[in-house]
Amino acid sequence: MQLPSLAFLAWTILFAPLVSTLGILLVGLRRPKFSHSIAIASMVTGFLASVYLFIRLLGSPGSVGSQGHGEHPFLEHAISWISLHGLQLEVGVAIDPLSVLMSLVVTGVGSVIFIYSAGYMSEEPSYSRYFAGLSLFAFSMLGIVLANNLVMLFMFWELVGVSSYLLIGFWYQKPSAAEAGRKAFMVNRVADFGFMIGILMLWTVSGATGQERTFNFAELADRIHELAAAQALPYAALSFAGAFLFCGVVGKSAQFPLHVWLPDAMEGPTPVSALIHAATMVAAGVYLIGRCFFLYADLPDLLTLIAYVGGFTAIFTASIAIVQNDIKRILAYSTLSQLGYMVMALGLGGYSAGIFHLATHAFFKALLFLGAGCMIHALHTNDIWEMGGLIKSMKVTSWTFLIGTAALCGIWPLSGFWSKDEILALAFHQDKFLWAIGSLTAMMTAFYMGRLCFAAIFGKPRGHGHSQEAPAVMTGPLVFLAILSVIGGFLGIPRFIHHPRAMHVEFDLGVALISTLCAVIGLGSAWRLYGKPSDLPVRLRASFRWLYSLLANKYYVDEIYAWLIRNVHDRIARLCALFERYVIMRFCVNGIAVTTRAAGSVLRMIQTGKVQTYALALFAGLLLILSWMMVGIHP
Amino acid sequence: MITLNHYLIASGLLFAIGLVGVVSRRNTLMILLSVELMLNAANLSFVAFSRYLGHSTGQIFVFFIMLVAAAEVTVGLAILIVMARAVGKTDADALKSLRW
Repeated sequence: MQLPSLAFLAWTILFAPLVSTLGILLVGLRRPKFSHSIAIASMVTGFLASVYLFIRLLGSPGSVGSQGHGEHPFLEHAISWISLHGLQLEVGVAIDPLSVLMSLVVTGVGSVIFIYSAGYMSEEPSYSRYFAGLSLFAFSMLGIVLANNLVMLFMFWELVGVSSYLLIGFWYQKPSAAEAGRKAFMVNRVADFGFMIGILMLWTVSGATGQERTFNFAELADRIHELAAAQALPYAALSFAGAFLFCGVVGKSAQFPLHVWLPDAMEGPTPVSALIHAATMVAAGVYLIGRCFFLYADLPDLLTLIAYVGGFTAIFTASIAIVQNDIKRILAYSTLSQLGYMVMALGLGGYSAGIFHLATHAFFKALLFLGAGCMIHALHTNDIWEMGGLIKSMKVTSWTFLIGTAALCGIWPLSGFWSKDEILALAFHQDKFLWAIGSLTAMMTAFYMGRLCFAAIFGKPRGHGHSQEAPAVMTGPLVFLAILSVIGGFLGIPRFIHHPRAMHVEFDLGVALISTLCAVIGLGSAWRLYGKPSDLPVRLRASFRWLYSLLANKYYVDEIYAWLIRNVHDRIARLCALFERYVIMRFCVNGIAVTTRAAGSVLRMIQTGKVQTYALALFAGLLLILSWMMVGIHP
Repeated sequence: MITLNHYLIASGLLFAIGLVGVVSRRNTLMILLSVELMLNAANLSFVAFSRYLGHSTGQIFVFFIMLVAAAEVTVGLAILIVMARAVGKTDADALKSLRW
């Protein structure tokens, strides 16, 4: 096995997008053709390298299938970065099934979306800046995926936040976009603070075996096994560390109660929403749970908490999606709901189920967003009620969108069916309540997607303007993603991704039938309400007015936060300002100045200006020193 | 018989006289002279020790001190003349404009 060359490939995957970013920033800002060429080339290079690594991983004995411990990377290559006494930091890549699958998804979906962007953004004046941002994002995301230690992961985690901020606020002239970027960044900062505490706690715990503390994933896993084997696991400390790490997940993967930033992030360009806020970045949190599964596997109570947070987020956000009218917002709430599904799956111990759903969701949600982008591009509106009849004028977009919808709803035999079903079967065997929530969410998902499709794709053309099919550079990616969405369930992802401590359940026909039934009920009721012109939606809205306004206002979460910030945060801030003004400024800073000045005005009296006084003082001092020296000498 | 102690006592007295002169006199010229007196007190004890120890180092030192003293007096008198021209008197208190 030629390890150096494989390590080189891994580094190539990581650094190709950085080269592209720097290239665009240095020479490409006024050369749009150069910008998109280098950006797409870097992603495709990364994708090819990932495919090669994937094949090597499949072909290597002991890495897939029957190995004793799946927590050791197949390949690890690290460079020492900071080496202090008691603190070793390194920058390194780790190649194992999880990271290879993730880098396949990121570079694969990324390449497709980069190509699509070349069409979607073609009339944009800051075209090159857009590609620089996308490349920076790809670099940061691949850094998270390939990192072999927590500190490196954290740095790239923050870089992802920065690039997300830059791309959400890409149209910074628009105040709402600038605000949305800021909101995303702030909410993530709150979460990442917890994440950092978690990392440091885990680092501290890693010293409990008597060895030097470490951030490295493989070593951390070893230490925790060792401690668990010796019955010396510090449960309280580990639980806190795990809970704080989960804070980071809650922020990045937008789980309740920090889900508020993701719908607003839709202010960015649509391909950005597809890549960052649907397929990859928001999945980073799910990936983190998977990466730290060695830790969570020993903390069943924490896992249950995680599962319930995920389940609650899934149903909570799915219900909001039902009443939204903006196509991108519907998809954003749907993303939130599916992320809740993934987190729930990992919380139930379903390592492979969660990661499987992550991958399939990346395919079909990117497809849906790109399709929505085509519609927005053609009709210049985000409102689904101003669309309609697109199936005649935009055939490719509509059909691929319908495939994506079917995959998201979990219709057999599309990819979403297999991954969602694995999660539901897992829930059925472990926690019937979560299973019920999951099934109900599936029904809601089918309903809001059905509503979206009946309003936008079928029916009569509404609104203004004529719709026409997008150019091939945009429909090509749609077709590619549609194919992936169809066959994604048969690629054997769950067999490829596995963890020795993970839960496994067999395919359950009963559960599958029930979930399919849920999807059909959801789609059917959407058809009943929106499939043909009727006044039923209006009547329903009138009779459940309070429920409608509760949902339309997203359960008033944003308003509650605004109230809390105004009344609690601002008051504390005012108190701190008083402390700053009076204690720090008046007492400490100005106090030192006043004291110094007073001491000076007293002490300067000594300077009489008379030479005789100085001479006398000089000799008196000399005499004093001499007599002090004489004391020690015996005559 | 004049011993080392006699010389040292004479040197000490000379030094004390110079010190009192520096501290008590107001005229800068007199202060300068008193400083010279103190220097010569030191010279005297150097020479006395040199003789007592049979070493020539002390005498060499005295030569240096005399040289330095000559240069110092030159500079000191020059400053004195400038001061007399500028202020009109040679009292040490006359130059206290740097005081608070």
